Amino acid sequence: MSTITSPDFKANARAALGDRQLQRALSEVAPGLAARRSAARAGLPEFEALRDLGRDIKDHTLAHLDVYLEEFERKATAAGSIVHFAPTAEDARRVVRNICRQANAGVVTKGKSMISEEIGLNAALEGDGLEVVETDLGEYLIQIRGETPSHIIAPAIHLTQDQVEADFRRLHTKLPADRQLIEPAQLVAEARQILRQKFLAADVGITGANFLIAETGSSVIVTNEGNGDLTQSLPKVHIVLASIEKMVPTLEDVGTLVRLLARSATGQEISTYTTFSTGPRRPGDPDGPEVCHIVILDNGRAELLGSEFREVLRCIRCGACMNHCPVYTAIGGHAYGWVYPGPIGSVLTPALIGVAKASHLPNASTFCGRCEEVCPMKIPLPGLMRHWREEEYSAGDTPLLYRLGLRAWAAAAKRPRLYHTLARIGIPLLATLGRRRGAFRWLPLAGSWTRHRDLAAPQSRTFQALWADHKAGVPR
Amino acid sequence: MPGSAPQSAKERPRVGLFVTCLVDLFRPSVGFAAVKLLTDAGCEVDVPTTQTCCGQPAYNSGDKATAQQLARQTIAAFEAHDYVVAPSGSCAGMLKRHYPELLQSDPVWRPRAAAFAGRVHELISFLVNVRGVAAVDTKLEARATYHDSCSGLRELGVREEPRMLLRSVEGLQLVELTDAEVCCGFGGTFSVKYPDISNAIVERKAEHIAATGADLLLAGDLGCLMNMAGKLSRQGRTIAARHVAEVLAGELADPAIGERP
Repeated sequence: MSTITSPDFKANARAALGDRQLQRALSEVAPGLAARRSAARAGLPEFEALRDLGRDIKDHTLAHLDVYLEEFERKATAAGSIVHFAPTAEDARRVVRNICRQANAGVVTKGKSMISEEIGLNAALEGDGLEVVETDLGEYLIQIRGETPSHIIAPAIHLTQDQVEADFRRLHTKLPADRQLIEPAQLVAEARQILRQKFLAADVGITGANFLIAETGSSVIVTNEGNGDLTQSLPKVHIVLASIEKMVPTLEDVGTLVRLLARSATGQEISTYTTFSTGPRRPGDPDGPEVCHIVILDNGRAELLGSEFREVLRCIRCGACMNHCPVYTAIGGHAYGWVYPGPIGSVLTPALIGVAKASHLPNASTFCGRCEEVCPMKIPLPGLMRHWREEEYSAGDTPLLYRLGLRAWAAAAKRPRLYHTLARIGIPLLATLGRRRGAFRWLPLAGSWTRHRDLAAPQSRTFQALWADHKAGVPR
Repeated sequence: MPGSAPQSAKERPRVGLFVTCLVDLFRPSVGFAAVKLLTDAGCEVDVPTTQTCCGQPAYNSGDKATAQQLARQTIAAFEAHDYVVAPSGSCAGMLKRHYPELLQSDPVWRPRAAAFAGRVHELISFLVNVRGVAAVDTKLEARATYHDSCSGLRELGVREEPRMLLRSVEGLQLVELTDAEVCCGFGGTFSVKYPDISNAIVERKAEHIAATGADLLLAGDLGCLMNMAGKLSRQGRTIAARHVAEVLAGELADPAIGERP
C-alpha cells in the first residue's frame, strides 16, 4: 500500500498553501476544468436525465453485484481471459507479480490505473527487479519525479510546464541539449519518443478499467493519449486491474455512462479513445496480447455494499468533485495523504485505510455541496462525509476540546430560557468591548478565527431582547 | 411537498420568524429588516422565544442526538404558524432539508418534520415566490455585488430572487461577482477547525469581490458575510458588507458588518 500521510492533513495543507509553485499550478488548471464541464453540460439538454439514468444503472448493478461479477467471470473466461478475484491489496499484488514472473518479464508498461496506486503495485514490481514504465503522460511525469498522483484523472495537475521541461532536460540526456521545449506539444512529442521504445520493449502491459461489462466479459478504458491501447495490445501479456464496482451489466450501459464521464471530467463530449477489449488475440486477429488476465480487487469495498456508504461505489472516477471543491483547489491532492483526494477521497479513504487515520478528511469540508451538484452519479458526498463524522463522534474520537465546547453549547441551546438569559448577559458585554472598532482583531477563544480575519462585534443586545422591548412598546 | 401551505390563501398569514442564532446574537438589525419585509408583504410576524439554534453545529460535527433534540425543539416552537421563515439559506436548508432526514426513523416526529419542512422558507425566496413581491420601495446609492451562499443556492435553489428584488432598489447598481456560486470558506465550524484552508478560500473570494469594484457586498447568510467582511476589513479594504434584507428593507442606520460605528 502506498504511504499514508492523512493523519498529517493539517500540516500537509499548510505546506501546500505556502507552496507558491503548487498554488500557481492549481490556479492555472482547476478553474479551466470546471468551466469546460459547465460548457459541456450546457451543450447537452438531457444531461440531468442522464445523471439519473447513470445513478440508476450503478444502483441496480450494486444491488446485484454478486450476479454480475459471476456473469462477468463466465463471459470473460469464455472469451479466453483469465479472471482472478483479489480480496485484498496484497492478494492483487501477488497475482500480478506471479503473472510477471511466469511471463519472464523484464519491462512492464502501464496505462493509468488508480487501483495500481491503491495497492502500491509499482514498488512491488520494482522490488522484483522489473522496469516499470508509466505511459500516461501525467503518470510518466510524476513517476520520473518519484511522486504520486495528486488528482485521479490529471495526476500531474500540481506541476507547471517549466518543471516538466527541467525534468526532461535532467533525464533525457541522450537528446540534444539545445532542443526547444517551449510549447506543450514539444514536451508531448519528446515523451512520445521516449515512451514509444518502451511500448515495443514491454513484456507485460498493465491497464486499469473504467468499466467491466458483465454481458460480454469486456473491459473498457477511456484515454486521451492512446497510451492505454498500446499498453494493452503490444505486449504478449495484458493485465487488467479493476475494482469490483467497475462492473456494469451491458454494453448499452457503458454508452450511457461514457456520455457522462468525459463531460464531467474534462468537458469533452467523449474522450479521444474509448477502447473495448474482450479476451486475448484470436486466430486471425492482426494484433493483441497472447494472454489476458483480469484482476478484480475488493479491498474492503464489498463491506461498503451493506453500509450507509454504499453510494460511494457509484463513482466513475471523473474527478469533477475535485475540480469544483474549494478545499481541493486550495491545497491540491497530495495534502489528503493517500491515493484518492478531494471529496470522493474524503468518503472513500476512511473506508479503505480506516477512519482513525483518515479522520481529518471528512471533517475538512465546508459542506458547500458543489461536489454533489456536479457528481455525474449523484453521490451525496457531503451527507456521506457527515456519516463519517457521526461514526467518529459516537466512537468518542472527536477531539476532546472540540467535544467539550460542543457539549457546553448544546447544553444551553437545548434550554431556550437559559440560552436567552446567557445571551442577554453576554452579548451586551461583548458589544461594549467591541464598540470602538466595530470588530475584534483578537478575542480569547476565537484565535482560530481572528488569526486570519476580524470578528464583527455584536451590534448591541440580542434580537430576542430587542423584540421583547418592541412588543412591550419600548422604542428601539 | 407534504404540508405545503394549505393556508396560502389566507389574507394575512401568520409567519414565525426563525431568527437564526447569528442574527440574534450579532446582528439584530437583520431580524428587524426581515420583520419589516414580511409585514410589508402582508404577513403577521411572530417570534417564538422557545427557538435557539437550528442545530447545524451539532449535526455537522456528528452529534446526531443533539441535532435531533434541537430539531424537535424547533419544530415544536413553530407548529402554530402558517409559515416558518429564516433570513438564512443555511438555517432554512437545515430546517427544510435536514430535519426530515434527522427524524426519519422516529414514527412520531417524522410526519411532524415533513409537515414542518413544507412550511419552511428562506426569507427572500419566500417574499418573491410565496408572497409575490416583485419590487421593493427603497433607495440606496451604491455599487453592490452579491455572493450566493452555498446552502441557499444548492439546497433551496435561491438564485434569481435576491437579484430581482435588488434590481428594484433605486440607485443600486448590481455587478455580478466572478465565481459567485463558489463557497466563501466559512462552512460553520470548518472556519475554526481548518482556519488556514478557510483563509485561503476567503482570500480568493475577497480578490473576486474587490475586482468587481463594488463598495457593497451583499449575501443572504450572516455566517458567510461575517467571514467575508472579516477578511475584507483585515485586508484594509473599504468594502462594506450587509445582509441583503437590510438593503431591501432600507434598514441601514446601523454600521455595516464589523464596521467602526
